[in-house]
Amino acid sequence: MIEEQNVVKVGMADLNVVKTSGIIRTTGLGSCVGLTLYDKNVQLAGMAHVMLPSSEIAREGQLNIAKYADTALPELLKRMTDMGAIRSRLVAKMAGGAQMFTFSSGGDHMRIGPRNVEACKLFLKEYNIPLLAEDTGANYGRTIEMNCITGMLSIRSVQMGKKEI
Amino acid sequence: MDLFKRLEGFKMDVLKEVGNIGAGNAATALSQLLDKPIDMAVPKVQILPFEQIADKVGGPEQIVLAIFFRVEGEAPGNLFFVLTPEAGKGLLHRMAGIEASDEEFFTEMEQSALAEIGNILAGSYLSSLADFTGLSMSPTVPGLSMDMAGAILNYGLLQFGQMGDDALLIDTTFLEGNEEVEGQFFLIPDPESFDKIFKSLGVPLQDD
Repeated sequence: MIEEQNVVKVGMADLNVVKTSGIIRTTGLGSCVGLTLYDKNVQLAGMAHVMLPSSEIAREGQLNIAKYADTALPELLKRMTDMGAIRSRLVAKMAGGAQMFTFSSGGDHMRIGPRNVEACKLFLKEYNIPLLAEDTGANYGRTIEMNCITGMLSIRSVQMGKKEI
Repeated sequence: MDLFKRLEGFKMDVLKEVGNIGAGNAATALSQLLDKPIDMAVPKVQILPFEQIADKVGGPEQIVLAIFFRVEGEAPGNLFFVLTPEAGKGLLHRMAGIEASDEEFFTEMEQSALAEIGNILAGSYLSSLADFTGLSMSPTVPGLSMDMAGAILNYGLLQFGQMGDDALLIDTTFLEGNEEVEGQFFLIPDPESFDKIFKSLGVPLQDD
């Protein structure tokens, strides 16, 4: 375990930013995607725990923008640039988007993990942010944390142990 | 429309009874399978923020064994049978005479046996609900996973994700004596299913 110093937690359908020292973490990503942005110059790391690909299907009165790929990324960008990040310096990494259960039949919601990954990539492309690395897909859960000094994203899973991207 | 604002105490009691009947039948089925008395706690019906749902089984990173069923029919939803890996090995041993290997993970044969046990329990849970409500409900082929509780349970919340950050779950724990054993059932009905369940049971719906 990494020491519990200055750990900023990101819940499900939540996003947050950490600056200069510390770690930003989200636990138990299944079909959700942990999308991270990083600006090395100002040591600013942002993370969103994206649950669904598009806000178009949203029926809630007050939209939780952290929840959807198409709304989480603009919000994360805005928060980070407000804190001094420069958009052209930002790089992205992401993990998650698993298919926790596989079925021979089943509707579109069964493959929500891969769809979340596709949607995140689409929006990164739209905002012209390079995707440096990803650990997505497969059928297992992941806990991820980003170190805002190094920009390393470390990924823990039950089946595959720990790795860094 | 705020679904949960309309679920006053009386309706929560109705849902609790729904859970009671389903889990009661599953507990009976489990007793028969294991040939020993299995009791169950009174089901809890709760509206919980997504974040707290995995806390019901020890936190988002707790490793659990889960057998998942998509409930199809007139009142669709998601059904999980969640147990500790140790309880899974115990079940295999007592039911199928399979002495679980020392390995950390389950073999294909063991997984298949566990999925079948889950199938029997889910079948008895749902068929009693179907009888009680008069609504058709049937489980899909089971999916099995041993992984972080957060990653597994969040999968059952996607339907709720479209309308809020909370979900309603009916949660039943099996007991042997007074000890929690064997596992927990989580039924997470789709938001659309509530009205159908209430209507089928003659619970008046509000107009607004």
